[in-house]
Amino acid sequence: MKKSVYIQSVGSVSAQKTFDNSSFLEDIITYNDTTIRVIDPNYKEYIPPAAARRMAKGIKMSTVSAKNALTEASIEESEIDAIIVGTGLGCIGDSEKFVKDIIDNDEQFLTPTRFIQSSHNTVAGQIALGMGCKGHNFTYVHSSISLESSLLDAKLQLEEDEAQTILVGAVDELVDHHVNTHHLIGHIKEEPTETSNVLKSQTKGAIFSEGAHFFVLSNKKNEGSYAELLGIKTFNTLQIEAVETEIIHFLNDNSLDPEDIDLLILGNNGDVEFDTYYQTLDEGTFASHPKAYFKHLSGEYDTANGFGFWLANKILKGSLVPSAVLRGKHEIPSPKSILIYNQYRGENHSLLLLKKC
Amino acid sequence: MSELKQELKEKIIEQLNLEDVAVDEIQDNDPLFGEGLGLDSIDALELIVMLDKDYGIKLADPKEGRKIFESVQTMAAYIEANRSR
Repeated sequence: MKKSVYIQSVGSVSAQKTFDNSSFLEDIITYNDTTIRVIDPNYKEYIPPAAARRMAKGIKMSTVSAKNALTEASIEESEIDAIIVGTGLGCIGDSEKFVKDIIDNDEQFLTPTRFIQSSHNTVAGQIALGMGCKGHNFTYVHSSISLESSLLDAKLQLEEDEAQTILVGAVDELVDHHVNTHHLIGHIKEEPTETSNVLKSQTKGAIFSEGAHFFVLSNKKNEGSYAELLGIKTFNTLQIEAVETEIIHFLNDNSLDPEDIDLLILGNNGDVEFDTYYQTLDEGTFASHPKAYFKHLSGEYDTANGFGFWLANKILKGSLVPSAVLRGKHEIPSPKSILIYNQYRGENHSLLLLKKC
Repeated sequence: MSELKQELKEKIIEQLNLEDVAVDEIQDNDPLFGEGLGLDSIDALELIVMLDKDYGIKLADPKEGRKIFESVQTMAAYIEANRSR
C-alpha cells in the first residue's frame, strides 16, 4: 500500500522577508522595477566564511533555505535519505563567468572554481557535502516544472517507502547577462512596474526575480507537519481551452471534485500575453472558487512556484490566508485543500494538490 | 619586490574570494596553505593558472608548487626569477 507524503518543514529565501519563518507575509515589500532580488539573509550566520567564498549566490540562498527547513523539521541531518533539487538555470552567474573566461582568454587559463559552481547540480551537491549526506542526490532541470519534477521524484520514493525523509528544494538566481538577453527578447517588462500593480498589468513580459525554497518531505506525519501532498501533474504543452478540463481530470484522479477545493493559488505574473491561461478559471467551473496569487510578491523565475508551494503550506498549517495574496478585500475561511496551478509563457504547466493534515 | 608582493596579496584576495581578508592582514611570510590563510588544493590550481596567465610562468611539475606557494615571499621570489611578462 502506498504511503502518504507530508511536508514537514519549509525554508524560503525570496524577495519578501520569508527566510526567518517567524512571520507570514505581514510586512510586504513592494518594488518598482523590471527585476527584483531576494532579501539577503546574513549568510555568515549560516555558512562558514571558508565555505562561502566559493559559493555562488544560488548556493548561498539554497544553503540558508535548506538549513532553515532542516532546523524546523527538528531532524538530524543524518536522517535525510535523499536530496532532490529543481532549478531552471542552475548557478547561471558562474556559468556566465566561466563562458566569459573561455572567450576572453582564448580557451586558455580556465580555473576550476567557476566550472565547479557552474554545473546545475552544484546546489544539491554542496548541500549534501555540507551535511555529509551520501544518499540519492539528484537535480531536475526543466524550466518552470523543475521543482515539480523534484517533488514528483520525492513523492514516488516516499510512497514506495524507498526513502522516509527527503530534502526537496528549488533555486534560481538573477544575473546580469540573463536579464539583458531576456529584456531583448521581451520576456521582461520593458518599463519598471510597481509590484503591487503587476497583476493588473496590461503589458507584455514579467518582473524577473530569484529565490530558493526548500522543504522536508516525509512519509510519516507528525505534530509539526504542514500538509499532505496529494498529487502532482505536469504538462509540457497545454491548450488554453483544456486547462479547466485537465484540472478536473487531475482532481478526479485524486478522488476529488472541484467543489472539494477551498483555494486556488495561481501563478499570474502580469504578462498580458500568458495570464490568459489563468483567466480561463475566472469563468466556468472554478469561477466562484477563492483565488490567491503570489508572483506580485516573489517575481517570476523558473522555480517561482516554490514560493507558491511555500505559501500553500503556510496557509494550510496556519489556517490563515494573508490579505497580501488576495485581490480585493474579502476573507477566506480556513482552507483545507489547495490547488496550485502554474505555467510560464504557456508552457510547462503544473498542478500541485495539497490537503491540510 | 615589495610592489610585487602587494600585487600578489591583492590578486590572492580577489581571485580566491577571500572576502574577509584585508591585504595588510597577510604577512609576507605567512603560510598560504594549512595554518595560515587556509588555502586548499583547488586554490593551488587557481594560483598555478594565475602564474601562467599573469606572469607567463608554466609550472612543468606541479609538485614545485609546494615550495613556490609556501608564502607570498616565496611566490614573489619565484616570479621575479622566472617571469616572462
